[in-house]
Amino acid sequence: MRLINRRPSLGAARFLAIVPFALVLVAYLIGSGVRLAENPSDKLLPAFSSFAAAIDRMALTPDQRTGDILLWVDTAASLTRLGAALAISVAIGLVFGIVIGLLPYFRAGLGAFVAVISMVPPLALLPILFITLGLGETSKIALIVIGVAPCLIRDMALRVGDMPVQQLIKAQTLGASTWQIIIRVVLPQSLPRLIDSLRLQIGPAWLFLIAAEAIASESGLGYRIFLVRRYLAMDVILPYVAWITILAFLMDRILLIIQTRAFPWFAGARAST
Amino acid sequence: MSAVISVKDVWKEYDDKVVLEQISLEIAPRAFVALVGPSGCGKTTFLRMLLSEEAPTRGAITIGGAPLPAEPGADRGVVFQRYSVFPHLTVLGNVVLGLEFKDAPILGRLFGAKRRAAEDEARELLAAVGLGEAENKYPAQLSGGMQQRLALAQALIAKPKVLLLDEPFGALDPGIRAEIHTLMRKLWHERPLTVVMVTHDLSEAFSLGTRVIAFERRRNEPSDGGRYGATITRDFEVWPKRIAGEPRPQKKKLMPGRDDPAPSGSLRDDPAIEGAAL
Ligand SMILES: Nc1ncnc2c1ncn2[C@@H]1O[C@H](COP(=O)(O)OP(=O)(O)O)[C@@H](O)[C@H]1O
Ligand SMILES: [Mg+2]
Repeated sequence: MRLINRRPSLGAARFLAIVPFALVLVAYLIGSGVRLAENPSDKLLPAFSSFAAAIDRMALTPDQRTGDILLWVDTAASLTRLGAALAISVAIGLVFGIVIGLLPYFRAGLGAFVAVISMVPPLALLPILFITLGLGETSKIALIVIGVAPCLIRDMALRVGDMPVQQLIKAQTLGASTWQIIIRVVLPQSLPRLIDSLRLQIGPAWLFLIAAEAIASESGLGYRIFLVRRYLAMDVILPYVAWITILAFLMDRILLIIQTRAFPWFAGARAST
Repeated sequence: MSAVISVKDVWKEYDDKVVLEQISLEIAPRAFVALVGPSGCGKTTFLRMLLSEEAPTRGAITIGGAPLPAEPGADRGVVFQRYSVFPHLTVLGNVVLGLEFKDAPILGRLFGAKRRAAEDEARELLAAVGLGEAENKYPAQLSGGMQQRLALAQALIAKPKVLLLDEPFGALDPGIRAEIHTLMRKLWHERPLTVVMVTHDLSEAFSLGTRVIAFERRRNEPSDGGRYGATITRDFEVWPKRIAGEPRPQKKKLMPGRDDPAPSGSLRDDPAIEGAAL
């Protein structure tokens, strides 16, 4: 049988999915074991016992100085920034995306502008944001919005533009005004597609968040990683990275669940076009 | 009675390419005009002009004696071959939508008693097109024939004077098509509609229409480039005459979809007009 026609059974598929994770883990254990055998105080690849101690210190025991559990404080700070920035980006992406995708005057006026703006490297703007908006929350949120919103706008505009023209004609023959077409035809069909593009922007959003926190902050997951870097505290950094990855993965899954629950028509409509 | 739609010496050109030339046509109230012609000859283009989706390059179209409005409106309903219904609304939602557009300019939605009244009206129409049982399904869950029934119901709720159909049944299996022809005939008899239907199926044209019009290029040499467009080459009254609102008693069916006088050898895809002599 050709390779393209050979499929794993369900059990085999699960097993295969675990294999790469297990391999990475094993490689780490071997590398860490070899280094620690040579030099027991090596900090680069800590043993799992060091991770357990670090996780206990950061995530389970209150900090001696502040009385807070640092991991939760950092997580709350980062997720608040991320949540605010993504909410603002989604609102901007929807409004401008629909307007540019649907209304020729706005497309003529804003299409090229947004295309250019979305090419500005957001991190290069970070110093400007710190100078103009100060070192507080505003500049961090602004960085994420600047990085994410233009992509959402362009993707939304493209998808609105791709809507079958028959639908817009049909709505007009039912007597709809531009406003009614937006709120009853274009917006509801854009929302599940917006979730698709938002899922793709989760990675970049975390990148901008951590960059901003690394440079100027007193809390946040990115702040902590860059703080303990000075002590080569890999036992803290690696669990933090794993935690960030889990958070990002969960955000992706939650968005997917929202998409299937809130827009039950979408899977069928996507399959039939 | 004077014509509902009157087309006077209409030309349509795209860049240098003439698609339609010298189209003149008067369509009587309650007519069911079937428009046939080879693929690419401009049937859809003509329908799009009747919809105000495209403007004629030259000539004039009037509807009810007044110039055609510059954009599509509720006076002319439409059913396309695909994408006619909204995928994000249920069957009932698709039909109620027309009433919501009419009565809820700001919110685009009806609530309470008004909504219930609109739903009742929509349900009546759904029952008439045979979709009474499917009101909570989404279009993607419907077969092609059911989707087109829905598209008809959705168009009719806005009570258009003119119904424009662009190969609405072209993608359906023959059996399904025969059923929906029966429905189409019934709707046309029962409602004050003037219908213009594009089709590439000559038997469909003769089994539904009161009048069959053929578009064709008089010259079709590749060396002509785009200098010659299609125009009306045939214009038949279907005989025996069909009169809107006076359905003929159904004869015993010989063949599905052939319960009406149709020219012999007509189940062909490309209308060979010569074979369809009256
Ligand atoms: N927007 C357009 N721009 C340029 N050419 C077009 C456009 N729309 C249609 N045409 C051309 O007009 C001709 C007729 O098309 P159409 O009306 O779709 O034919 P039919 O519906 O009879 O198959 C085709 O040759 C097509 O390429
Ligand atoms: Mg066509």
